[in-house]
Amino acid sequence: MPTVTVNGTPVTFGENEKLNCVQAAQRAGMEIPHYCWHPELSVVASCRMCLVEVGDVKPDGSVAMQPKLFPGCQTPVKDGMVVVSNSPKVETAQKATLEYLLLNHPLDCPVCDQAGECGLQDYSYEYGRGYSRLDEPKNLKPDKDYIGEQITLFTDRCIMCTRCVRFTREFSGTGELQVINRGSKEEIDIFPGEPCDNKLSGNVVDLCPVGALCSKDFLYQQRVWWLKGKDSACAGCSNNCSIRIDQNNDTVYRVVPRPNPRLQAGGHFMCDDGRFGWKYVHSENRLTQPSGPGGVTDWTAVLTGVRETLVKGAAESPKRVAAIISPWATVEEAYLLCSYLKGLSPDIRIGLGPVRVVGEDDTYPKDPAGRPVEPVRFTIRAEKCPNRRGVEAVLQHFQGTILQGSQLVKAAGAGELDVVYVLGGDPELGYSDDDVAALSRVKTLIVEDLLASPLTRAATYVLAGGSWAEKDGTIVNHQGLAQAIRRAIRGPGDARQDGRILSELAQRRGLYHATTVRQELAGVVPALAALIVGDLGDEGIDLTGPAAPVATLQTAGSSN
Amino acid sequence: MPKCEPVLLARVGKPDSASLATYQRDGGYEAFKKALKMSPEEIINEVKTSGLRGRGGAGFPTGLKWTFLPKNHAGPIYLAINGDESEPGTFNNRILMEEDPHQILEGIMISCHAIKSNTSYIYLRVEYGKSYRVLKQAIEELYAAGLLGKNILGTGFDLDIYLHRGAAAYICGEETGLIESLEGKRAWPRIKPPFPAIEGLFRKPTIVNNIETMACVTHIINRGADWFKSMGVPPDPNNPRDAGSYGPKLYCLSGHINKPGCYEIPLGVTSRELIEEYGGGVPNGRKVKAVVPGGISMGFMSADELDIPLDFNGPGKAGCLGLGTAAVVVVDDATSMVDVLFNCARFFAHESCGQCTPCREGTAWMQKILWRIRSGQGELRDLDLLTEVAGSMGIIPGTTICGLSDGAGWPVKNAIQKFRPEFEEFIKSGKKVIRHAEELMAAAH
Ligand SMILES: Cc1cc2nc3c(=O)[nH]c(=O)nc-3n(C[C@H](O)[C@H](O)[C@H](O)COP(=O)(O)O)c2cc1C
Ligand code: SF4
Ligand code: SF4
Ligand code: SF4
Ligand code: FES
Repeated sequence: MPTVTVNGTPVTFGENEKLNCVQAAQRAGMEIPHYCWHPELSVVASCRMCLVEVGDVKPDGSVAMQPKLFPGCQTPVKDGMVVVSNSPKVETAQKATLEYLLLNHPLDCPVCDQAGECGLQDYSYEYGRGYSRLDEPKNLKPDKDYIGEQITLFTDRCIMCTRCVRFTREFSGTGELQVINRGSKEEIDIFPGEPCDNKLSGNVVDLCPVGALCSKDFLYQQRVWWLKGKDSACAGCSNNCSIRIDQNNDTVYRVVPRPNPRLQAGGHFMCDDGRFGWKYVHSENRLTQPSGPGGVTDWTAVLTGVRETLVKGAAESPKRVAAIISPWATVEEAYLLCSYLKGLSPDIRIGLGPVRVVGEDDTYPKDPAGRPVEPVRFTIRAEKCPNRRGVEAVLQHFQGTILQGSQLVKAAGAGELDVVYVLGGDPELGYSDDDVAALSRVKTLIVEDLLASPLTRAATYVLAGGSWAEKDGTIVNHQGLAQAIRRAIRGPGDARQDGRILSELAQRRGLYHATTVRQELAGVVPALAALIVGDLGDEGIDLTGPAAPVATLQTAGSSN
Repeated sequence: MPKCEPVLLARVGKPDSASLATYQRDGGYEAFKKALKMSPEEIINEVKTSGLRGRGGAGFPTGLKWTFLPKNHAGPIYLAINGDESEPGTFNNRILMEEDPHQILEGIMISCHAIKSNTSYIYLRVEYGKSYRVLKQAIEELYAAGLLGKNILGTGFDLDIYLHRGAAAYICGEETGLIESLEGKRAWPRIKPPFPAIEGLFRKPTIVNNIETMACVTHIINRGADWFKSMGVPPDPNNPRDAGSYGPKLYCLSGHINKPGCYEIPLGVTSRELIEEYGGGVPNGRKVKAVVPGGISMGFMSADELDIPLDFNGPGKAGCLGLGTAAVVVVDDATSMVDVLFNCARFFAHESCGQCTPCREGTAWMQKILWRIRSGQGELRDLDLLTEVAGSMGIIPGTTICGLSDGAGWPVKNAIQKFRPEFEEFIKSGKKVIRHAEELMAAAH
């Protein structure tokens, strides 16, 4: 195997693998500091933070180093190459580059959103000289809050890495951002009246290594060191982009994408719908307590009532009992409800709730006129729910077929049902007024959901469930990747995560523990057998992979 | 040094020298016709044998550069001609373009045949209005005469030459900045590799050559490589990297000199000869304090270094960056080197394209420090700081993408090393020499 030596450590790489020095160092767990380089963007090698010494091992074993420094991001590693990033020469260059970058930098850290997660702070501390020798006034540049609806620019904090510009040119393709002026007078800007409002715009905030591009939504809300992060996946569409939920005191402040090689663009990016679309989590309209007939708001009493209704219905006329499971439910929740109801009676029918599809898949890059450009690098899915495939796999197993919830709504309207259990979770509800009218005709309507809605107002029992940020479970994306979502915050008031509600309804022993349920269902539902590992790791588990029973899951998906 | 018969400037100043008619009357386009009968390889060999090195500043051997093109490439291959001429002190391309455009165009046509290119772009400094008009007219004449376009002279050779007016920035003259600018983008130099010969304009193999280089090609084909090689200086045996300096060169003489102008002299003339024999000495009986050997980015030679030959190898012996464009600027002894250096620093801070951190920040910082020194607020340690900053910038230490940064650092390093007592004395005096007008200008920027 080809081998490169980085700071004395041998690093092997594949015959046809293209690695630059930064990546080779990463492979050995070492950092070569870098700003302008990003794995999903073109190489410009302009920040010069990543300078290294390179050389070759000669046949006689001696090492011949090149006299010049080279940018590690631009320099591919070759077999027998030697890369040094910690020599006095490199360290001098690193100090110089950082002194240059800080020269005109305002050192706003106390009031800068990026402080605490800032590339300039971190590298200055690690590689910098500690003080500036600039005696002259710094350049002053105007702040630009017009950059985008979601984005604001603190112009003089910019280190001109052009990541943001390259992102809009190469990735979103929309090209709104540009560099104006020349030399140290340069600024990032937009064309007048053409703000950066594309659906991927929020990514430039993450890409910005410093506090220049900031999210208006997050601005001045929190110091980042107060935030506690939980790895999760976005529920905004069937991509399930890997994310981290950042919260403090049960309030979500932001979500950011989390690299995942199994996702498009390596999981480095997410769309603005996902990034900013979770605000319903803290909506005034959240259900904060359960309720049942006679003004009961006590979980035990309400769940007992629900259970008795279901048991009685199943015993008397199971065909008149039905449930509808939203594609917003986790695999575990779908499994808990299915196994419980089918255990009461195999004749209870269970359908798939509304799968919201909005427009068509939205691909990037686009050209500035908005037309899609090949090759596609990012698709925002038209299917606006996180777990159709997972819920379908469970339904397929328990019922042999996937019954559409709409048929059950129709049956309710036709007076054919007595008891209906709606497991919701879609913040947009997904049921029309006519659907609600139809469901209202049943004797007992049980609605487990997030937000108060016409449906909950029509319900006999309302179970205040949890948002995606409040629950542990599994969701399966459009390509069959199962990822864990994690409980980052507690829900409002007396709301509970749905897994716990369903566990208690089914009178399972012990507290709800997603991993236990996940492993249990893996043994029951063959299409989900790969979940037996329990811990899905950072990247999730590919259910279509060779280890999983491909055919079963694909049938489940395609029967819709 | 014996005066030589001018070749490049032979027709300059003659009546109607820019027209095709007079050019052809004087034997123009015979070299092109001769070249069309030669194979591309033969032309490349002739240019290689002549020892011609690029006149744009870097002095890269022209024939060798042409051989870097991929073999048997399906095309298109482009020849981009660098007429951006923005190095301070340099005006030889301008004289050629305004006065004798056809010898340039003939060189382009020969070179295109040699490198199998059917398209050439002339990238012209936008401020050169007359050059634009003259070249435009000359190209139109060629199309009308059937010397450009399809199937030229029935040989099956097609060639189009486009004239492109530049974007008014020094960096547009750097070859990959030029290419970006030609493509309609901001002139941010590209990282190399890939070099333009492999992937250049519109991502196709491209040769970038200077205007004067093209004029030389015409005469090499006309008179032969041996004629060209009969002038100049052979390689320095002490410098294994020196490829020799052959042929005539257009030296631009300016600054404190009695007879400023563009002089055609075989490579290797010394500054002293230039100043005394050609330039008529320094005005007002003053003495030379410093000489810029080839545009300000090459640095300074002191009065003690005037006998160093201005060939490709010479200025380096005096610690200068190189011969550059052979634009010799004379600084007399009544001039403050502090002011001269500030002016250089201001130029580079204004012209840095701003992508590389060391160049973007370093150029502006050096300007600020020198401004402070000139405002009487300097400290002796500033000189070391300036030297350190200047030394940490450029492709030679490996900290930048293009050579602008080296060129920005070099005059600072040279000036402080060679004129340190003057700088120290100035700083100690605490004198303020910034004029009111300068302050107003600085405030406006
Ligand atoms: C900052 C900078 C500016 C330059 N400006 C010019 C210019 O105006 N004209 C030019 O011919 N070469 C210029 N050059 C040199 C070109 O990059 C290139 O080497 C040259 O055009 C090649 O032509 P030649 O081989 O015929 O000399 C410049 C280089 C740098 C680094
Ligand atoms: S705004 Fe941020 S991402 Fe954009 S160039 Fe400046 S530092 Fe880089
Ligand atoms: S693309 Fe889909 S999954 Fe990804 S962030 Fe957007 S809404 Fe969320
Ligand atoms: S060295 Fe200076 S001029 Fe050249 S590319 Fe870098 S910033 Fe631009
Ligand atoms: S990361 Fe390599 S030059 Fe910026």
